[in-house]
Amino acid sequence: MATLNLRHIKKSFGPTHVLHGVDLDVRDGEMIVIVGASGCGKSTLLRIVAGLETASSGDVIINGQNVTPLEPADRDVAMVFQNYALYPHMSVFQNMAYGLKIRGMPRDKIIKRVDEAAKLLGIGALLERKPRQLSGGQRQRVAMGRAIVREPKLFLFDEPLSNLDAKLRVQMRAEIRQLQKRLGVTSLFVTHDQVEAMTLGDRLVVMHAGHAAQIATPMEIWEKPADTYVAGFIGSPSMNFLPATLIQGGGAAQLDTNGLILPFADGPRAGEAGRKLTLGIRPEHLRIGQGGLELLVDLVEPLGGESVLHGKLPDGTPLTARLQGATYADGQMGVILPLEWLHVFDGETGKRIEAGA
Amino acid sequence: MEKKVYFRGIALPYFLLLPQLIITGLFFFWPAGQAVYQSFLREDAFGLSSTFVGFENFADVLSDPTWLQSALRTLLFSSSVAVLALGFALFLAVQADKHIRGANTYKTLLIWPYAVAPAIAAVLWLFMFHPSIGLFGRMLNGMGIPWDYKLNGNQAMLLIILAAAWKQVSYNFIFFLAGLQSIPKAVLEAASIDGARPMRRFWTVVFPLLSPTAFFLLVVNLVYAFFDTFGIIHSLTQGGPGKATETLIYRVYTDGVMNLNFGSSAAQSVILMILVVCLTVVQFRYVERKVHY
Amino acid sequence: MGATLDVNALADRTRRRQRREAFVTHLCLIIGVLIFAFPIYLTVIGSTHDVNTIGRGDVPLVPGGEAVANYAQAWGVGGGRFMGVPAGVMLMNSIIMAMCVAIGKIVISLTSAYAVVFFRFPFRMLFFWLIFITLMLPVEVRIIPTIQVMVDLNMTNTYQGLIVPLIASATATLLFRQFFLTIPDEYVEAAKIDGAGPIRFFVDVVLPLSRTNVAALFVILFIFGWNQYLWPLLIVNDRSMETVVVGLTKMIGSGDAQNEWNVIMATAVLALLPPVAVVFLMQRWFVKGLTETEK
Repeated sequence: MATLNLRHIKKSFGPTHVLHGVDLDVRDGEMIVIVGASGCGKSTLLRIVAGLETASSGDVIINGQNVTPLEPADRDVAMVFQNYALYPHMSVFQNMAYGLKIRGMPRDKIIKRVDEAAKLLGIGALLERKPRQLSGGQRQRVAMGRAIVREPKLFLFDEPLSNLDAKLRVQMRAEIRQLQKRLGVTSLFVTHDQVEAMTLGDRLVVMHAGHAAQIATPMEIWEKPADTYVAGFIGSPSMNFLPATLIQGGGAAQLDTNGLILPFADGPRAGEAGRKLTLGIRPEHLRIGQGGLELLVDLVEPLGGESVLHGKLPDGTPLTARLQGATYADGQMGVILPLEWLHVFDGETGKRIEAGA
Repeated sequence: MEKKVYFRGIALPYFLLLPQLIITGLFFFWPAGQAVYQSFLREDAFGLSSTFVGFENFADVLSDPTWLQSALRTLLFSSSVAVLALGFALFLAVQADKHIRGANTYKTLLIWPYAVAPAIAAVLWLFMFHPSIGLFGRMLNGMGIPWDYKLNGNQAMLLIILAAAWKQVSYNFIFFLAGLQSIPKAVLEAASIDGARPMRRFWTVVFPLLSPTAFFLLVVNLVYAFFDTFGIIHSLTQGGPGKATETLIYRVYTDGVMNLNFGSSAAQSVILMILVVCLTVVQFRYVERKVHY
Repeated sequence: MGATLDVNALADRTRRRQRREAFVTHLCLIIGVLIFAFPIYLTVIGSTHDVNTIGRGDVPLVPGGEAVANYAQAWGVGGGRFMGVPAGVMLMNSIIMAMCVAIGKIVISLTSAYAVVFFRFPFRMLFFWLIFITLMLPVEVRIIPTIQVMVDLNMTNTYQGLIVPLIASATATLLFRQFFLTIPDEYVEAAKIDGAGPIRFFVDVVLPLSRTNVAALFVILFIFGWNQYLWPLLIVNDRSMETVVVGLTKMIGSGDAQNEWNVIMATAVLALLPPVAVVFLMQRWFVKGLTETEK
C-alpha cells in the first residue's frame, strides 16, 4: 500500500532523449496503466520506478520517501516481467520463496504465505515443478505469485500479457484486475495494447515520444482526448481526421475536402479566421445520410452485428466508418458527421481546442 | 535428431563420406587397434619377436610403484591446473561481464592468449623464470630464495602448473563469458528486485545456472592437463628433475619413444584411453541432464 | 527539508560506491590483461637486445637496439646451440601445415556431415558413431602405432605426414552436423521443387549458410594445427621440415644459459604472430563458433 509520485523524470541514453520530464501522482491502491507505442519510453519509466534504471534527473517518491538513490532491493517493489524471468533452476515454490528467504522470514511463515498466494492464483499443484515444465499462462501466474508473496508497496507490470495467446490474454487481464482490486496494492501496468489499457486502468498515462500526452480516466481519454495522438491511439478503428479551417467568428469550421461547414455544437473556438484545424470524428459516430461527405467504399469488413467500412473521400482522404448491420457493399455512400461528436484540434500542434479556448 | 526430408540415392553419400572414413580408418582406428593389440604383447630383449602375454603388461604397469607415483603426480598436476585455470577465468569473466567502459577491449585482450601454443607458453615462462636469465628467476634468487627448477622438483612442478594454467585461462574465459551472457538479464533483475545483493545474486542464481558450463570446462581442462600439456613438460623440464614432473602422458612418450618399450607404453596408452572415454561419457550424461533452457 | 538532505547524502554515497565498484572492476581486469600480456612483452623486449645482455640477465623493461639484427638472424639463419633452422623455413612449414589441416578438416567434415544429415543409407548411423568416437581420443594416446602407419606408408618427414592424421578427428563434423540439422526442411523441399539435386543444394544453399561456422572453425583448426607439438616432434626428424613450435623448443635444448637467447626470443615472437593475428582478425566468428561446438 503506498502512494507514488514521479517528479519531472527525465532520461537520456547518451545523446538520445527518451523521457522529457514526466510528472505523475498515484493514489494508494490505484491501478495506473502506462500505454503507448513502441519506443515511447513507457518501459523505461517503469524500470526507473523499479530502480533498474537511474533517471537522468527527477525524483521517484514512494509513500513520501524519496527512493531515487535506492537500489531495487531497497525499494520494496515487486515486478512482473514480460518474459516472466523465473529462476530456471528453482522450483515454483523456491521461486516464490526467494525474496522472503532473503528477508530472513522464518520457514513456516514462508510456507504459509506461498501456499496462500498459490491458492489465490490456482497454482497450488505446481509448487514442485520447474519453470521449463510449465505453460506460458502458468509461468505468468508464478511470476505474479512471486510478486504477491512479497506484499510490496508497489506492483510493477511490464507488458506481462504480450507473450500469451489471445484468449489467455483476455482471461488473464480480468484475473489481474480482480486480484489487484482485492489486494488493493498500488500498481503500474505498462502495455502497448489500448484495449488492455482501457479495461485495466483506474487512470491511464498515454505516452508519446517521451512525454505523458494525457493522464486521465479511460472514459475521459476516450471522450476528450488531449491531442490527435491520443485521439488516434485510443479507440478502434482509429478516429478519422479531417483538415479544416476556422470560419469567421470562430463558431464553425469549414472542411478542406469539400467546403462543408460544420458549426460547433458546444460553442465557438478562439482564433483568427483561417486558423488551421484538424477535426476528428470516430468511425462509430458516422451516420449514413446526405448532405455531408461522399464516401467511396472499397472494403467492407463484416464483424457480425456491425461492419467496418473503409473508403476514400473524393480528394483521396481516407475515411473509416463503423455502422450497425451487415448489409453493406462497395460503392458510393453518403455519410454525415453528428456535430455533438466532433473533436476539434489545432491544425499545427494537434492539441485539443475546447469551446471558448 | 533426424531430418524428415532428405535426398534420394546412396552412391553419393557414400562417396561424400569416404574421405573421412578412410582417414579415420587408417589413422585412427587402425593405430588405436594396434595400440590395444600391442598392449597385449611383449617384445623379447632383441626386439625381434613378440609374445602374447594377455593382461600382464597391464598388471605390470598398474603395480609399478613409479607408475602409481606418476599417476598421483598427474592427479595433483591436473587438479591444480584445473582449479587455477577455472577459478581465474571465472573471476575475470564475471568482471568482464559488467557494464563498464571498454568492456569489449578487455574481452579482446583476454581472448587472444588462446592462440598461444602450450609449448610456446612454456617457452615464455621459461624466459621469465630461468634461474640465470629470467627476470623473476633472478629476482627470486636475488631475494635469497634458491630458485632453480632444473634442480628442485617442487619448483619444477610449480612452474609447469603455472604455465599450463596460464595458457588455459583464455579458453575457459571465453566459455564462462558466453555462459554468463546466456543468463537472461531479466532473471538477474528479478533477483535484484527480490532483494538480492550482488554477492547473493552470484551464488544463488548465476553460479547454479553456470554449472553446466563449469562442468563441461572441468572435463575439458582435465583432458587438457592430461594430454595437451605434453608440450609444456617437454620444453620446460623433460619430465625432470628426476621424475618430478613426469605425468602419465609423458611416461607413454618416454617408455614408447625413448625406451622403445612398446608393450608397456601401449598398455599405458590403453589405460589413458579408458580414462578419457569415461570422463567424456560422464560429461555428456551430466550436461544433458542439467541444461535448463 | 530534512528529507532532502538525506536524499542528497544517500545519492552521494551511492554514486561513490558505484564509482568504487567500477574502479575495482577495472583494476581486476587490467591486472588480468597484464598477467597475460606481460610474458609476451618481456619476450618481445628480450628479442631486441643482444645475446650477452640477456645472458647476464640484465634485460631492462624497455626495448634495445638489436631488433633488426636479431630478427634477421632468426629468420634467415636460425639460432640455438647447434645448427639452427631458419625461422623463415619453420614458419613456412607451420603455415602450410596449419592451413592444410584447417582447410582439409573443414572440407571433409562438410561433406561427411552433409552425407549423414541429408541422406538415408545403410550403416549411416554406424558410420556416424564411428566418427563420433574419434572425439574421445586425442592423438597423444595413439601415437606409437600411428607413427608405425606413417613409416609403412612412407609419409614420415613429409607435409602429408604432418597433416593427414590430424584431419581424422570429428569435432568439425559434429559441429557441421549440428548446424545442418537446424536448416529448415522447407529449404530442401523448395530445392526439390525447383529441380535442384543434392550437389546443387549443397553448393547453392548449404555452403553459403555455413559461412560463419566455416570461419569460426578455420580459426579453431588453424590454431590447433599450428600448436601441434607431439605429433610433429615424432613424425619429423629432417630439420628442414621442422615446424616453428617444435623447432623453438629444440633450439632451447635443456635451457642452458649459453643459448643464443636473443635469436630464440625473436623466433618465439615470430612463432606467435600468425596465430594471434588469425584470432584477432576473426575474433567475432571464432568466439561464436567455439561456444557452439560445445553442444
